Amino acid sequence: MIKRAIALLLTLAVGALFASLLVGYVPDSELNHTARYYAERTAEDIGAANIVTAIIVTYRGLDTLGEVTVLFISAAIVGLVLAQGRVLNNAPNNAPRQTRAPVSELLSTGSRVLTPLILLLGVYVFVNGHLTPGGGFQGGAIVASGMLLLLLADPLKQFSHRLIAVLESLSGLLFVGIGVLGVLLAGGFLDNRLLPIGTLGELFSAGVIPVIYSLIGLKVGAEFSSMLASLSETNHTENSEET
Amino acid sequence: MISLAQMAMAAGFVLILIGFYGALTQRNLLRMIVAFSLANTGVHIVLVAVGHMRGRTAPILDAAVPVADALTRVIDPVPQALVLTAIVIGLGVTALMLAYALKLHARKHTLDIAKMTELKW
Amino acid sequence: MNSMSPLILGLSVLLCVTLIGAALVAIRATRLPIAILAAGLVSLIASILFLVLAAPDVAMTEAAIGSGLTTFLFFFVLARVRGAEKDGDELAGDELAGVKHDGVGK
Repeated sequence: MIKRAIALLLTLAVGALFASLLVGYVPDSELNHTARYYAERTAEDIGAANIVTAIIVTYRGLDTLGEVTVLFISAAIVGLVLAQGRVLNNAPNNAPRQTRAPVSELLSTGSRVLTPLILLLGVYVFVNGHLTPGGGFQGGAIVASGMLLLLLADPLKQFSHRLIAVLESLSGLLFVGIGVLGVLLAGGFLDNRLLPIGTLGELFSAGVIPVIYSLIGLKVGAEFSSMLASLSETNHTENSEET
Repeated sequence: MISLAQMAMAAGFVLILIGFYGALTQRNLLRMIVAFSLANTGVHIVLVAVGHMRGRTAPILDAAVPVADALTRVIDPVPQALVLTAIVIGLGVTALMLAYALKLHARKHTLDIAKMTELKW
Repeated sequence: MNSMSPLILGLSVLLCVTLIGAALVAIRATRLPIAILAAGLVSLIASILFLVLAAPDVAMTEAAIGSGLTTFLFFFVLARVRGAEKDGDELAGDELAGVKHDGVGK
């Protein structure tokens, strides 16, 4: 009980800190310098209607490359941590997994009808990332939800890890390649003016942003799918003997 | 009068505190991870609330927000870009925590943090 | 949208109260699946709050990732942990015992 009291005291102390922050907070009435620059110059420099997308893909493109890398590393570690022991499981037959009840017809047909639609929505979201809310990360998550539906409808399903790996590394390489092309042909790393900027608000505008965001979408979708697949494929009962 | 941003910020702070208290007092690993993800959501709400300005709209230029008016009509886009990154990384971190929790359970057959005593002295 | 309409104000008060209520449920619930679902609900309400705060990009991300994928990651792990408990090991606590008798979908 004394532990609980200490935890409560700590929480109250942090809460007092937060309260002083909250009381002293005065909302801005104008945009600050950075935001003012982005609001004024995005349409002219980048040509993307969605300013958040312009910041993520071009102004702060290097950060996004780092973010995708962090996500890749965490997906790789999840795979690595959970794969230990799975190699052993493959040698004996995986009998316990096949004793589950067969998937019902309704479920499997329904998931087969719905999955292409979900994938289509995901692609729509990341292709239109520079015009409407959404983009590579959201679209990638939607694509991964489509994979999740397949996985839920048929738990025995094995995703092709090779396909996921190829898709992931190919889109990552193309992302970096476009960035390097920007150094050679345009203003700098990940500059979007490789392609003409076009008119604001059209699908083929904002230079190379739709291409980059689609690549990010594929990469993020592949990474999330591989995380889901490795978490769902772990057969826990068999590798628990090593206490 | 209290503004929308301040109210959301207060809710975000309370959420951080709830997650903090939960992570300190829970003994089940999965419950601790749930508490962490609550605190994570709280941080996102606070950051987005910092960027909000009264009477302005989302930073998307379209028919409703012409380019010429952008300076006076849109809110700060920078915190939103930041939070977008934070949410995606947050899922990566949560997946990592869950994978390690699963691995710990495979070795020790328990999720109780009090029974993991190797590093205790 | 120059002055905050009472409708928006009422909606956001409601959202904040529900948010904190769901967070308390996520911390206090006796069964783990309920706690996980309540955490997903917190994310979902937060995404509506982001929409009210004029951040549609963040709202989409939170709805797809925070309340969608995260919840299912938790359930995958929960299912694996439950499967291992049939070996007759001692359980981690009362909450897992509760899990064993009720379905995950409850």
